[in-house]
Amino acid sequence: MDMLKKLYGPTGWAAILVALVVMLVMVPVMALLVPKTSAFHLSAYTVTLFGKYLCYGIVALAMGLAWGYGGILSLGHGLFFSLGGYMFGMYLMRMIGGLGQYGSNLPDFMVFLDWKTYPWWWWGTDHLAYVLLMVVLVPGVLAFVFGWFAFRSRIKGVYFSIITQALTYAAMLLFFRNETGFGGNNGFTDFKFIAGFPVAAASTRAGLFAITGLVLIVALLACRFIVLSKFGRVLTAIRDAETRVMFCGYNPLPYKLAVWVFSAVLCGIAGALYVPQVGIINPSEMSPANSIEIAIWAAVGGRGTLLGPIIGAGIVNAAKSWFTMSFPEYWLYLLGLIFVLVTLFLPQGVMGLLNRWKRT
Amino acid sequence: MMSISATANSEERSISGAHVLIPGELDLSHGVALYLDAINVSFDGFKAINNLSLTIDAGELRCIIGPNGAGKTTMMDVITGKTRPDSGTAFFGQTFDLTRMREAQIAHAGIGRKFQKPTVFEQHSVFDNLELALKADKSIWGSLFSRRNHEQTERIEELMELIRLQDFCHRPAGLLAHGQKQWLEIGMLLAQEPKLLLLDEPVAGMTDEETERTAELFISLAGKHSLVVVEHDMEFVNSIARKVTVLHEGSVLAEGSMSEVQNDARVIEVYLGR
Ligand SMILES: Nc1ncnc2c1ncn2[C@@H]1O[C@H](COP(=O)(O)OP(=O)(O)OP(=O)(O)O)[C@@H](O)[C@H]1O
Ligand SMILES: [Mg+2]
Repeated sequence: MDMLKKLYGPTGWAAILVALVVMLVMVPVMALLVPKTSAFHLSAYTVTLFGKYLCYGIVALAMGLAWGYGGILSLGHGLFFSLGGYMFGMYLMRMIGGLGQYGSNLPDFMVFLDWKTYPWWWWGTDHLAYVLLMVVLVPGVLAFVFGWFAFRSRIKGVYFSIITQALTYAAMLLFFRNETGFGGNNGFTDFKFIAGFPVAAASTRAGLFAITGLVLIVALLACRFIVLSKFGRVLTAIRDAETRVMFCGYNPLPYKLAVWVFSAVLCGIAGALYVPQVGIINPSEMSPANSIEIAIWAAVGGRGTLLGPIIGAGIVNAAKSWFTMSFPEYWLYLLGLIFVLVTLFLPQGVMGLLNRWKRT
Repeated sequence: MMSISATANSEERSISGAHVLIPGELDLSHGVALYLDAINVSFDGFKAINNLSLTIDAGELRCIIGPNGAGKTTMMDVITGKTRPDSGTAFFGQTFDLTRMREAQIAHAGIGRKFQKPTVFEQHSVFDNLELALKADKSIWGSLFSRRNHEQTERIEELMELIRLQDFCHRPAGLLAHGQKQWLEIGMLLAQEPKLLLLDEPVAGMTDEETERTAELFISLAGKHSLVVVEHDMEFVNSIARKVTVLHEGSVLAEGSMSEVQNDARVIEVYLGR
């Protein structure tokens, strides 16, 4: 009880309750029970679009925790997101069964490569529980190993960011290759079933949306718990004056590593929720630009807050959805412009603006 | 204030005169808190510390003076693990080989340091600054799940009173005046309950009254703690010094009481007589 009170005040909990009701009750009802002719009907397309935004919200939250509180700017979070997505994608590919174009038990791209059996790294991917474990473990272990070496060698700031960028780029090249066994540049798509439910059905979409919303809220509460604990204060202290923290008797390594791995795992989970909703995962998700975009979400929403980055992800992606319909080729320029403007005029992001507005 | 008895524990462990050394525990039984011998540090061929040897007794208050660039800060860097010496021996008590330990371990073993440029956590409140420094479980699990207990809160309040910042409890440290930051850093140092305090120019930027109170505080700490104070403010040094060490070009030039040092011809030449 005490803990709950500390996490959020009454308004905060009320807001969370409202969000839960909307996501777990209203959206499914509007998508499934409200007749298609009604103005209140939500199409499967809309539900999926919002579901996608929620996934981005989880990633933005993860970014906000590592960057805003830990001072660790990752420009490779797209990699952890993609790895979670690919792990879950493997499961979805297995669930296609013999329904592929070639009618084989293997995915089409393997038939195309003339492979006769699944390679060893596909082992176990037809079991949902195993795959769910891998969704957490693969990004987590990679982040741990990478973080261990980087933080132990005291690599920080822009050097760290550049290395993460190189890491996601290298992974993208690797996944582009057909022999890697992840479908090359086409990646995974044409999913049919998830845990026995047809992927494209409106009810499955609504269910995935609700699960994503639930995960986002649990993740937010977990991050809030971290940030409000002494761990959070040590973390921000490391961000501001790492040497001082060491002379206070703390070893910064486990702190940075823990928040880094946690952040990566959140991205992996978001990726796993993203793939069945969007229906495709390919190596372009690992492109450096994607990871940079994640950092921009956090900057737009407001670093040093948890809600800010989630809101930032919503704003930027809404702008993107709208803008790319009319002028797709100019999106990156606009994104760059948004980033420059926010850095110059809104260093605290949208949250900073809201706070200022609340005070006056 | 704080009651740290450096020798009580170790005496219990002496068996029939033979003294048992326990790795990982501070041992000041031979009366030596810090032992530096033939330390050398060079930066790109420039010798910042040159064959430096120095001994600080348990409970001693030692002042270190010397012109700019003498190597005073670098010496503290060596003691606290920030800089590894090229050669030489550095021991804290009899058991801790400082040249083999990392910063956090050294801090944990009982060496606290105040930096030349005051470094506090500017975004954190005065209270949080002290809480972070407080002697406690500093592992990630401790920080995540343990709660501050009543004693710790009291201890923080006590410290705030001592450093006269009780009215600024919730103020971000970055908004404090320079002298107050110095005090806060000293408070953080005390919160760690170290046995050896290294203070690099602690009264720089303080008013006369603050300086005076700092002198009183340091004198009251000596005995239970060992203190090494680096200071350019001669009046301040004079008011607290029992033994003064003059550092010059990375090694000890002279050592003795303030008046002995002041009358040393070499010291006058390189430092005081400038
Ligand atoms: N990291 C470093 N790289 C190169 N040279 C350094 C480094 N740190 C210190 N030095 C040099 O070593 C010498 C000793 O510096 P140190 O800071 O220890 O002097 P100090 O006695 O503390 O001086 P001050 O009274 O000005 O604080 C100086 O000449 C300084 O320029
Ligand atoms: Mg100095």
